Amino acid sequence: MSTRLTPSRSVRWQSTAGLAVVVWLALFAVTPAAWADRIGDIQETSVWEQAGRFFTFRDPGLRLALAGCLLLGLSCGLLGGFVVVRKMALVGDTLSHAVLPGIALGFLWNMTKDPVAILAGATLVGLLGVMVVDWITRTTTLQQDAALGLVLSAFYGVGICLVTRIQRLPTGNKSGIDKFMFGQAAALGEDDIVLMLVTTLVTVALIVLFYRGLLVLSFNREFGEAMGLPMKLLHHLLMLLTAFAIVVAMQAVGVVLVSAMLVIPAASAYLMTDRMHRLLLLAALIGMGSAALGAFFSFLGHNLPTGPFMVLAGTVVFIGSFLFSPRYGWLTRLWRQHSRRLRTELENTLKAMYRVQEDRDFHGEGVSVLELAERRKETVEEIQARVKNLRSAGLATLTEEGRMIHFTPEGYRQACLIVRNHRLWELYLTNVAHFAADHVHAEAEEVEHVLGEDTVRQLERRLKFPRQDPHGKPIPSLRDMVGTSAEEELQRGTETLGYR
Amino acid sequence: MESLIPPFDAYAVFVEPWTRDLGLTLPIVLMGFFVTAACGLIGNYLILRRLALVGDAISHSVLPGLVVAFLFSGSLQIGAMFVGAVVAGVLTTLLIELIHTRSRVKTDAAIGITFCSLFAIGVIMINAFAGQVHLDTECVLYGEIGYVPLEETVSLFGGRLNLGPAPVVTMGVVFALVAVLVLLFYKELLVSSFDTTLAASLGFAPRVIHYCLMSLLSVVVVAAFESVGAILVIATLILPGATAQMISTRLPIIMGLSLAHAALSSLGGYHLARWLDCSTAGAMVVAGAALFTAAWVLSPRSTILRKWKTRLGFFAGEEDPQEKAAAAPAAAGD
Repeated sequence: MSTRLTPSRSVRWQSTAGLAVVVWLALFAVTPAAWADRIGDIQETSVWEQAGRFFTFRDPGLRLALAGCLLLGLSCGLLGGFVVVRKMALVGDTLSHAVLPGIALGFLWNMTKDPVAILAGATLVGLLGVMVVDWITRTTTLQQDAALGLVLSAFYGVGICLVTRIQRLPTGNKSGIDKFMFGQAAALGEDDIVLMLVTTLVTVALIVLFYRGLLVLSFNREFGEAMGLPMKLLHHLLMLLTAFAIVVAMQAVGVVLVSAMLVIPAASAYLMTDRMHRLLLLAALIGMGSAALGAFFSFLGHNLPTGPFMVLAGTVVFIGSFLFSPRYGWLTRLWRQHSRRLRTELENTLKAMYRVQEDRDFHGEGVSVLELAERRKETVEEIQARVKNLRSAGLATLTEEGRMIHFTPEGYRQACLIVRNHRLWELYLTNVAHFAADHVHAEAEEVEHVLGEDTVRQLERRLKFPRQDPHGKPIPSLRDMVGTSAEEELQRGTETLGYR
Repeated sequence: MESLIPPFDAYAVFVEPWTRDLGLTLPIVLMGFFVTAACGLIGNYLILRRLALVGDAISHSVLPGLVVAFLFSGSLQIGAMFVGAVVAGVLTTLLIELIHTRSRVKTDAAIGITFCSLFAIGVIMINAFAGQVHLDTECVLYGEIGYVPLEETVSLFGGRLNLGPAPVVTMGVVFALVAVLVLLFYKELLVSSFDTTLAASLGFAPRVIHYCLMSLLSVVVVAAFESVGAILVIATLILPGATAQMISTRLPIIMGLSLAHAALSSLGGYHLARWLDCSTAGAMVVAGAALFTAAWVLSPRSTILRKWKTRLGFFAGEEDPQEKAAAAPAAAGD
């Protein structure tokens, strides 16, 4: 992960994008209600009708739910980015379970589902939980993981006691508290959305405002402390914001799975990019996407919990990113290794052909399969398979009876290149790094395939444009390559010829 | 607030359960003890191996295994349940490993992703196959230890020897199994927990031991699942061991203490639940947490207590407390 501080231009861009999204969502949420029925009201509809209802956004209840999901995806994705790069995924998990007693206490405040009281109670208790984890690890021999699990389950136990106690109370409006368990986006009211909007705005604003500090906190806390930056304060700020995001998302995702909304989008984004601002943006987008998908799927069935569907949608994105991310995907990396191995084999065959011709002082055309087999110490069948690869890559041709192999112009150019790389590197090792001349071949066999254009130019200059390798063999010059595909080289410009 | 905490009636809380409601009390308390004791014994090793949160993960991710087992066997068959659980548990461990070895995602995030995804699949399956599966989401969250006495009973010798409700008998067997296995493989577990290299050189195959431990953990978690739910299982895994570690550093003593913790927390929790009229499993966890807090603050090894004592001057004229602290945790295990 790159620790470079990002230029402020991208921060500004990110902030405007974030603000635009939030404003758009705000418009979304307060659009006057034209179709006045709640999500659960219509029971006899087919899946397609449900899907149609979803995409026309006719139901105000659905609009609210969707706005809520997008908001929570945004705030969870942004904060999850910090949680993941700081390796605090399980702290998020603990925080999300530990808020349960706080929710119950907030509910007890005036025995209704008052969003503000619940937010306050839950945030306070959640932060208390995180502090207790700190306290346990400082004063006992228990490791952090045990302390996390302990606080998570103990607080959750207290919460369960309170919730079941509340449900058995004779008085009060108890509806809604069970929705905190698995989440039901349809249960979101306008108050909840307004609260979500406010916390998301605050989160986005604070992240943009303290972006650099948070970056330092995430990647090099000691450096920040040495610089005299208020690292502790920023850490607490981040925990507070995370607690906000968790509590706000709780009603739609549920206590058990809300930590997944922190971790999964951010981990998917973590596999796609190295820059923090891109990671945050991607995580926010993935979070919003999977939250909306979750709302959609739970809407298709009747009153299915939203949280699990959101998490699954996120998981699908993560699996995709895990396998196919351009830079860090597992399969992409395997594919890259595979194609590199193929190319190395092709280049080795070309090099062998070149050496065969060189041994004959370049008399005669083409190389026979037998000669090549002798040179590479392989069977004729193996060589034929290699030649097939060369032919399909357009680097060599085979005569009709299948015995003689000829370079194509491009093939000859590449053969010269690879031999040149090899011999230059051998020369470099003997002359500059003072290797013994009989020790350099194996090294050069490896390095010849990975030398880039720039490195070769540097080697030439360093070695003062040599003509012979340490074993006295001539190094194929650029003119050799130009001789075979002169037009191509001429198109590249004449200045490369000036090296000789 | 008065209605939240009902008036304390000592007779109703402490005497009635053991006289009038003995038939209800005994199975619940026994069940609580078996669950906490079995989990606690395994949990000790989880804490020592820093796998506490893998326990957390497995307790969530056995859910889909359980549901699939239900769907295949069509009923609550113990064998199918255990097979489903072990498969799910080992799958979880493998997935976590796959994610953090094959990508740059770190272990903590890998754990979070794996168990949340599997748990989500489980919840969706419960909702989708609600007709076929006798598990509801409430049970997953709270556990239903209060309903244990209502289950059908198991009896031996043609009904002459009544053993009690089926879940209690199952859990008792699981507890016995765990205890026997821990005794039998005490040395192997001990060595591989503290020194993997030594274990490998002694020919104990740490990886095999690791997967066996995870399988056993899955079995215990599933057996406990119905009574305490997915999340409170974590408490029964960690609390006994953590409490015992506050008091001692020797593994046999820790084992004994965690059994004592199991007994005390299930008893205390039951009475707490009688008083407050709330979830029994939750109350047992609260009781366990209270025991942990007491051990944390009051144990002779506690740094908190020592700090207060020094501040109050109790140690005037005695030996340096710091020196004592350095000498105390020297020998861990056997």
